[in-house]
This record gives sequence, structure tokens and C-alpha cells, in this order.
Amino acid sequence: MDIRSQVAMVFHLDKCIGCHTCSIACKNVWTDRKGAEYMWWNNVETKPGTGYPTKWEDQDHYKGGWEVVDGNLQLKSSGKKNYLQRIFYQPNLPTLDEYYEPWTYDYDNLFSAPEGDDQPTARPVSKITGEYIDIKGGPNWDDDLSGSPLYARNDPNLKALTPEQELQLLSIEQLVMFYLPRICNHCLNPACVASCPSGALYKRGEDGIVLVNQEVCRGWRFCVSACPYKKVFYNWNTGKSEKCILCYPRVETGQAPACFHSCVGRIRYMGVLLYDADKIKEAGLRPDSELVDAHREIIADPFNPEVIASAKANGIGDDVIKSAQKSPVYKFVKNWGLALAPHVEYRTFPMLFYVPALAPVTSTQEDGTLANNVDELFAPLEKARMPIEYLAALFGAGQEGPVRYALKKQMAVRSWRRALTVGDIDIEVAKAALAAAGCTPEQAEEIYALTSLPTFDQRFVIPASHREMAIEALKNPLENKGLAGIGFREAPERGL
Amino acid sequence: MLTNTFLFVGYPYLMIVLAILVSIIRYRYTPFSFSSLSSQFLENDQLYWGSNFWHWGIVIVLLGHLTAFLMPGAILSWNANPVRLFLLEATGVTMGMLALLGLVSLLVRRLTHSRIKVVTSTMDVIILVLLLVQVVSGLDTALRYRWGSSWFATNAAPYLQSLFFFNPKPQYVASLPLGPKIHMLSAFTIIGLIPFTRLVHFLVVPLHYLWRTPQLVIWNRRPEKRFNSQSGR
Ligand code: SF4
Ligand code: SF4
Repeated sequence: MDIRSQVAMVFHLDKCIGCHTCSIACKNVWTDRKGAEYMWWNNVETKPGTGYPTKWEDQDHYKGGWEVVDGNLQLKSSGKKNYLQRIFYQPNLPTLDEYYEPWTYDYDNLFSAPEGDDQPTARPVSKITGEYIDIKGGPNWDDDLSGSPLYARNDPNLKALTPEQELQLLSIEQLVMFYLPRICNHCLNPACVASCPSGALYKRGEDGIVLVNQEVCRGWRFCVSACPYKKVFYNWNTGKSEKCILCYPRVETGQAPACFHSCVGRIRYMGVLLYDADKIKEAGLRPDSELVDAHREIIADPFNPEVIASAKANGIGDDVIKSAQKSPVYKFVKNWGLALAPHVEYRTFPMLFYVPALAPVTSTQEDGTLANNVDELFAPLEKARMPIEYLAALFGAGQEGPVRYALKKQMAVRSWRRALTVGDIDIEVAKAALAAAGCTPEQAEEIYALTSLPTFDQRFVIPASHREMAIEALKNPLENKGLAGIGFREAPERGL
Repeated sequence: MLTNTFLFVGYPYLMIVLAILVSIIRYRYTPFSFSSLSSQFLENDQLYWGSNFWHWGIVIVLLGHLTAFLMPGAILSWNANPVRLFLLEATGVTMGMLALLGLVSLLVRRLTHSRIKVVTSTMDVIILVLLLVQVVSGLDTALRYRWGSSWFATNAAPYLQSLFFFNPKPQYVASLPLGPKIHMLSAFTIIGLIPFTRLVHFLVVPLHYLWRTPQLVIWNRRPEKRFNSQSGR
């Protein structure tokens, strides 16, 4: 047993309103710079849809993530055998056109255009070349299914559906969608780290945040190809790769990252998970059908004395263990089985989990009346407009079981609360629904409380990491006196 | 005579010292500036041919030069058989051509593609032109003064070795024709310019990846575990 700690995340998709406030918060803090204009460390996609960069989930094309070859876990994109021959040219690298060409507008023309018969316009100008461009796409071009069927129909997850289901899903009358906010998952088995030949990427032992050391990165771009979620970005100006840093200067001081803090729908939770690093390798070799469970098994019980002892032996502090015991993420993922990682079949073991969206499902009941027995309560799940196969492709490595379990439980909790507050569902029916969903009334109350009424401090249980003490332990604190910023002393300018 | 001493003794030493010193200073004080500065992200299609042809061609040609420098005797005995001599020369010329093709394509891409122009510095153009001079003069030497591989072993290799052992013997190359001389001088110029250009990327080719465990976990508080590899791959 080798227990480490990780600041992990849950996004409750049912609550996401697709407002992009998170993306803007991140952009303003981190990526509003030359070379990073096109980067959205946090982006919000409409599903079904092709996402950003376009069709990132199509690993036949991008070759991201891991695969099992002869009983070994290997990167799909590159390895020790072939990286030197791919260093001159990355065969699977997404280029700017797969993201979008960032632009601004020629606003000046609105003021300086000579008088004429027509209204002056502000034409779009490329932020890269400075030339006029025709905008062909943007990071959320298919927001709210706009641009469908061109976009929605190209969603790689639709391969899991039968032709009838696909037609059903996409036909105009039956439009259905949900939002998928995405940031780097700060994975347990990060493909980006393993692919970097320079050793610039690393995972932090204390909190599991995955970072690119900008002074070691040489712009070989292997990480961009290897990350199956396409959450490492190449800065075309500095020639370095960059990625979400989970606002570590904030997390280290116990504050929520900017995108979490600003989230309007309050869909985001952050808390510590303890995990057993010794289990990662074995879990990565399990077949797709067992991956959801294997992933959850890596996460250790923070109340187990053995786990605590091993954590302490690894230098994990009491405050971190305590906060792991209060972790909202642990509850969603382990206690309740409500939250699922995106595409576990990529085998990077994300530390960001999603509670699958339920809303479109219940609203499909045709006559609009509420069910009055358990079978009928769950019936809409089967007739759902958002086919369960689709959600399974996204969150269950193709397995419907875990997704069905999460949706059923959410429905049961709703019926339970409805029975209590509105009273139009029989309390016995609600109890039976809870039982059928593997949930007790107590658990239902807990889920309700953490989903609907959580305070800020219940959503974000983040122990400060006391970097100041770490610095004092390692070096003379006065050495850092008068230095600016977060340790980067060289202006990030493009090399000669 | 004095010119020769400067061109083939003073100048090479100057350039080599410059390369070593400035590279160390640059690496020590501005590690952020070390990058391949790849532009594949901005333009993919032309780069495929340009970069592959150029890099493969030049790497093999350079390996050939290195072998001849280290083991001139081996090259001479290999060349004793005309078939093998022809094979070696043909390979060299083919690879040189490949590199030339790639280089021209990269140069055209740099100067014409609108996105690439944005990330092109003066030094980029200077070094590309110098490399062009280098490859063209090399090919010219190979094609006009045969058999280059043999006389490289008898003249250039001892000259370079004499530089290496601080016992410079410019007389080995003093009487060579202009073509090979240009080839040597531009080579020293390029070496001297390495730390002032994007060529620094080949000083940091990540060979250590071959020995590394896949995952890197760094602990902040435990200096002894700073570079502990993760046991799960
Ligand atoms: S999601 Fe983040 S940690 Fe995981 S492979 Fe991609 S960049 Fe690395
Ligand atoms: S801020 Fe929150 S609710 Fe708004 S899009 Fe982002 S994740 Fe969704």
C-alpha cells in the first residue's frame, strides 16, 4: 500500500446551465496572453457534439490515452520504441485548425471609416496573423446544438447507438442535450506525463496536480498527442506546452480554483481523495467492463486505520487526512456511486468525476403526469430521449450498469423529496424506489443536502498545503524575499 | 599563410569556444528559452515533408561525418573496395539531397506561409540560409571532388583531430579548393551560432527518456522523494 492524496473534483451535470462563466474566469486569469489565445483550459461543450478540439474523443484519429498490448499498458501515441522518429513530426498532433483560429474585430474601422452609403463594419481579424479572416469555427461553435446536425452527428460517442436511436436522438422534435464542462482531469495515470521525453510534466505527490515545468519543456509536443482529453495545449508563441494548473496557488492556500469559485450553477465540488498508488498498474490492465470498479478501487477509505498509517508514512498531514474524511468527492464517487469519470477506457484514471445529467430523462414522460408506482417511476429511464447507451459510452466505458445505477438513484432521491415536500407521490412508493435504487432514506437526505443545499464550505473542502512551511524546511526563507510571482523568475519570452 | 592560420585555427577555436560558453550561460540563466520552437501546430502539411526530409537527411549525413572523424582508418579500409566506396558515396549524396530538399521546403514555408511568418525571427532566416550554404557546398564537394569520403579521412579528419588535441595542423586543409573550404568555414560559423539560434534544440535531445520510468511524481516536502517514479506505470 502506497497512499497518496489528490485534490479531486465532481461536476454535477444536472446543475450546469452552460453559461461559460467558468471558462471566462479561467481565461481571464491564465490564458489571456499571446500564444495562448486559442487555449481554453476550461471549456464547456454541448453534448451530443464534437467538442473542442473537434472530435477529441475520436482516438482512432488522435491516438490519445493508453491501450493494453500483450498484457502491458502502452501509450497509443508514442513510446520508447518510436518517439525519436516522431520527434521531427507528430503524426497525431491536432493543429490550430482543429481548435480554431483566435480572432478579434477591427473595431477601429467603426470610428475611422470614411463617410459612405453603408454602415461601417468591424471585420474579424486573426489574432495570429493580424490578417482579415472568415470565421469558420470557435471553441463552442455548436453551443446549444447550434450548427447541428453538422456537429452533433459527428459525435464519436454516437457509435454506441443503433441507427434508429441515433435518428431518434437527432431528429428535430426530439432534440436533447446537456453540457459537459471540461478541465484537465489531473489523472492518476496521466498519459501526458508518461509521454514527455524531456520529463517536463510531473504529478505532484502532495495534491496530485499535474504540471508542465516550463523551464524543462522543449516543445516536442508528445503530451498534446498523448492526452486523450486534449487538455495539454501548445503555446505557438513561446514554443512550450501548457495546461490547466488547477489554480494551484489558490488550492495551496485552501481556496477553490477560479472556475470552481465562479461556477454559477454551483455544480462543482472539490475535495481530497486518498488513493493507493500500488493499485494503479493492475487497474489499468483490467478489461473495459471492469474499469469503473477498478477505478473506484484505487480510491482508499480515509477512515481505514491501515490507509491512515500508510498516508502518514508518506508524509501526508493530519489536516489532509481529516479533510479526506469530509470530502464531498468521496461521497459522490465511493459512498453513493453517483459520480463517474469520463471515458475511463482511456485508462488514465481521471480525478474529475461527473454526475450524469438526469433532467432530460424525466421530462420525457408523455402525458406529463407523475408516476404512482415504482416500475413507472423508473420507466422513463428506458424510454429516455438521451439514450442510456450514449451516456454509457461517455461515462461507463460502454457499460450501462454504473450509469443506470447513478440515474436511478438520482430519480429515487427526487421522488423521495417530492413525496416529502409536495406529497403527490406516495411515501411508500418513494421508499420502494429508494430501495430499488440501493439507497436508504438517510442517504437520500444526505444526497439531497449536498446536491441542493450545500454551503460553499461543503462544496469545497480543501486543506491548505502550507507551502510556506515546505519552503522553510527546504531552504532559507529569506532567499525568496523580494522575488515576484510564483517562482518563475525568467520572463516567458520566446527563445531565439 | 596568415589567413589560413586565422581561418582554420583561430576562427574554429573562436566559434567552438563561443558555442560552448554561450550555450552554458544560456542554459544556466534562461532555461525557458530552450525549445524546439516547433511550428507544426500552425502548419502541418508542408512541415511533414520539410521536417522529415531535412532531419533524417542531415542526421544521417552528420553521423557519417562523425564516423569518418572518429575512425578515418575504418572508412579508408571500407573504401578499398570500389563497390563499397560507391555505396557509401551514393548514400551520402542521397541523404544530402534529401536534406537539401527538406531545407528548401522549410525555407519556402518560413518565408511564404502567413502563420509561419509570424513566428519567424531574423536569426531563423540567417541560420536557414547558412544551413543552405552548408548543404549546397557539401553536395558540391561530394559531386565534384570525388571521392570525398576517402579524402575526408586523409585530410579533414586529421585536421579536425589536430584541432581537438590542441595541436592544430591547418596544412592538411590549406591547399583544398574553395568549395570544401567554404563548407568547413560555414560549418564553424553554424557551430558558433548554435547558442544564438533555435539550433539549441539539438543540445537537449531527450535521450534520457529511454531510461526513465513512465510516470514522474515529485514531492515538495520530501526532498529525498522528489524524483520518485510512480509504481503504477
Ligand atoms: S487530462 Fe490532464 S492529467 Fe490527464 S492525461 Fe490529459 S493533461 Fe494529463
Ligand atoms: S460556470 Fe458552472 S454552470 Fe456555468 S457553464 Fe461553467 S460549470 Fe456550467
